[in-house]
Amino acid sequence: MANYSTNEFKSGLKVMLDGDPCSIVDNEFVKPGKGQAFNRVKLRNLMTGRVWERTFKSGESIEGADVLDLDMEYLYNDGEMWHFMKTDGSFEQYAADKKAVGESEKWLKEQVSYTITLWNDNPISVAPPNFIELTVTETDPGLKGDTANGGSKPATLSTGAVVRVPLFINEGEVLKIDTRSAEYVGRA
Amino acid sequence: MDHPDSTWRPSADIETLRARARHLASVRAFFKARGVLEVETPVLGHGGSTDPHLASLSLEATTPAGQEQLWLQTSPEGHMKRLLAAGSGPIFQLARVFRDGEVGRRHNLEFTMLEWYRPGMAFDALIGETCDLIEHVLQADLPRCRHAYRALFQRHVGLDPMTASLDALQDRVAPHLGESCPDWSRDSCLDLLMSFEVEPHLGQGVIDIVTEYPASQAALAKCHSDPDGCQVASRFEVYVRGIELANGYDELIDACEQRQRFEADQRERRALGAPSVEADHHLVAALEYGLPPACGVALGLDRLIMLAEGRACVSDVMAFDTPRC
Repeated sequence: MANYSTNEFKSGLKVMLDGDPCSIVDNEFVKPGKGQAFNRVKLRNLMTGRVWERTFKSGESIEGADVLDLDMEYLYNDGEMWHFMKTDGSFEQYAADKKAVGESEKWLKEQVSYTITLWNDNPISVAPPNFIELTVTETDPGLKGDTANGGSKPATLSTGAVVRVPLFINEGEVLKIDTRSAEYVGRA
Repeated sequence: MDHPDSTWRPSADIETLRARARHLASVRAFFKARGVLEVETPVLGHGGSTDPHLASLSLEATTPAGQEQLWLQTSPEGHMKRLLAAGSGPIFQLARVFRDGEVGRRHNLEFTMLEWYRPGMAFDALIGETCDLIEHVLQADLPRCRHAYRALFQRHVGLDPMTASLDALQDRVAPHLGESCPDWSRDSCLDLLMSFEVEPHLGQGVIDIVTEYPASQAALAKCHSDPDGCQVASRFEVYVRGIELANGYDELIDACEQRQRFEADQRERRALGAPSVEADHHLVAALEYGLPPACGVALGLDRLIMLAEGRACVSDVMAFDTPRC
């Protein structure tokens, strides 16, 4: 991979730091009145999700990371790995492990498209779409007529996720869920 | 982010540009009332800044001497000191200056430097005048606190910048870098700690003035011994709300020492792998002719206007910042 100098740093650039691929979140140029200039950089470690803050001398270079975000359709889980297929017509498949899937496991539904981050051609993270439609598999019976009271109850969805839903929702209904907040948006 | 098609628009709103024009007029009125002459000098010169940490821009031009490489000024210091040597008396300038690679919330590739020189004025008097100018533009009456670099650094960093070992400084810098043992120079360590651990505390409800910098950071200031016998620079920096606004010197007027500092700069540039820059030979010649004892200061006018207008970025008070030029 190419090296990037601090003056090429911009938000979204993928670089290697301490052996892990990172995405630059923020880059601030700092200089005392006279003397050495610095770049104070915030980077998200793509393996752990943690945000690091590091200072570089302006003009220093670091190695770029071979990181790519691709849209892929979820196929199936074989008990150990989760399998995805590229949506570009190539039918090329990738297998993601538990670490890469992480919290997204509860939003995985066949034939839905996810953003897979590849590092050196291996999946390191799986991001669900912001909204997803899922079926209620388990919840207390719906309360007829209770549409305005604002009460809520837990409902288990087909992927295993549990979200708070209004009291009138019944098993078998398809709901639109915001995956970022795990909140009920509406009936699909 | 802006829609891509909107980058033709100014970075400052028109109302702010009206305020900027009022601030420029009030700066001129300040100096007129004090009998300081406004001058204009070229942005191009046959020499550039040799400061190892400044990147000068240059261009090829056709001049009466043929094709020549000329440098865009990083400050109007050289030309203004030549005016002093030629007998101008006190002068000020609203100069456009250029520093390659300096882009950020508080930086822009080109910006407006308010620089002025006071032959015969004492160092302390120029510090007072600098604070007066800042208060004049901010329309505020602020307490003024003066600190020696050494004591200030000790208070915020917990190390003595003059006597701490290089190992101790490198250890102190390490957490900022994520490296256990950076091979940084003494001055790089001091600059980092000053920038990240001292400066953010300065100028909170007051004007903070830092003086007596380590001699290695004298730039174009005279040096003297502090009460403990350490060589320190007759240099001051002024901070308001954590932002460095102005840098002043009791100006070096010794041509021989000026030449030595240029040579030391060139050696450091080579060591850092920085491109070589033609030194300002006219300045050395002017010092040889004789510069009256003078104090001078350079103030980042865009930053001061940014503070006066309650903005967070210098681009908010510039008609067009570098990405839009």
